[in-house]
Amino acid sequence: MLTIQNYVRPQSLQEAWELNQKRSSRIAGGMLWMKMSKGNCGTLIDLSDLGLNTIVETEKEISIGAMVTLREIELHPSLQSYSWGAVQRALKNIVGVQFRNLATLGGSLWGRFGFSDVLTVFLAMDAYVELYKGGIIPLSEFAKMNYDRDILVRLIIKKQPCLMAYEDMRIASTDIPVLTCAISYIDGIFRATVGARPGRAMLFYDEKGILSEWITEESAEAFSRYLMEQVPTSGNIRGSSAYRSQLVKVLSRRALLQIKGGN
Amino acid sequence: MEVRMKLNGKNITGDVRPDSLLIDFLREKGCVSVKRGCETSNCGLCTVLMDGKPVLSCSLLTLRAAGHDIFTLEGLQEEASEFVGFIADQGADQCGFCNPGFVMNTIALLRENPDPTDDEIRAFLSGNLCRCSGYEGQLRGIRNYLSSRHG
Repeated sequence: MLTIQNYVRPQSLQEAWELNQKRSSRIAGGMLWMKMSKGNCGTLIDLSDLGLNTIVETEKEISIGAMVTLREIELHPSLQSYSWGAVQRALKNIVGVQFRNLATLGGSLWGRFGFSDVLTVFLAMDAYVELYKGGIIPLSEFAKMNYDRDILVRLIIKKQPCLMAYEDMRIASTDIPVLTCAISYIDGIFRATVGARPGRAMLFYDEKGILSEWITEESAEAFSRYLMEQVPTSGNIRGSSAYRSQLVKVLSRRALLQIKGGN
Repeated sequence: MEVRMKLNGKNITGDVRPDSLLIDFLREKGCVSVKRGCETSNCGLCTVLMDGKPVLSCSLLTLRAAGHDIFTLEGLQEEASEFVGFIADQGADQCGFCNPGFVMNTIALLRENPDPTDDEIRAFLSGNLCRCSGYEGQLRGIRNYLSSRHG
């Protein structure tokens, strides 16, 4: 059980950051996973008053505040059309509507959970995170970083012409995934992300040019085999390493063929 | 810490610890339809509406609900009575334990999407777990309710 000694709603990011420098402080996202943790939290920092609950779209980018819920992202029309439905596909099986009405983008990304559908799908985009002290950095860099005491402010998605598909495998439809996979084609570059390996999602490129002549049955098969060899997997209660590696091949091939077929 | 919110249309106040969960606060206020099921934010049994949106009260700090409009089944009896009979007619609520969560989330579904397809019903209610049924009874009940509205 998590016990909380003090609850604070800072009125500025600087105030939140200062409060968060204490080791006993924690920042609240949706609190769905945090609530299940054990221990004592000195000060729980709630970012609800900082206006981080909006999605702002311009001609060049979509900016999603850290306190935007997964449900709001799921229902956002521009995110759906831009990602070819991949974002909605990634989020729709995360537990249930009630859960997604509480879970926040910030909590989901900051946790860099291995099982995260959220990290997998956004990592395949030309995406960046804004950290209060760390500035704007690529999401791919953030995904590899160790936890520190900075604050995730927002996610920025560059609106480049994009083709995209998302696939996952779950034992039951709303369970934590056994494997997640997203593939995108942005600005002439294929990106493949694989999560729930069960470690953190990782980003891969078509470094051998297997897809350079576009997607065919053969090139999709070849790239999926290549990806299977590249992605490190291991086993846990939901599946063995060998099973996950097979899933990498199957899901990435399916995602590629979806892109080929225009989803 | 002092907390103020609107519960089932009435302004209420309370004094809570920082780690008080909304489910416990609501039950203390007499809303015993709100029940604790899984403790892992999975089963939907504790569903309440916050500003009209279904949320898990077992995972929400009471202090985070401050200033918001909370509805439990106690405050939505009339709206629920329109369709719960159709679900009962299908024998869907066998032990009845999951029922308040199902009813609350169905209210949210029908407010957001008054004429859902079967797939939309399944998707919206996928966060409500039932150990008795195979969910088909609930689906048939809601479908029959929707058909009755179409005359």
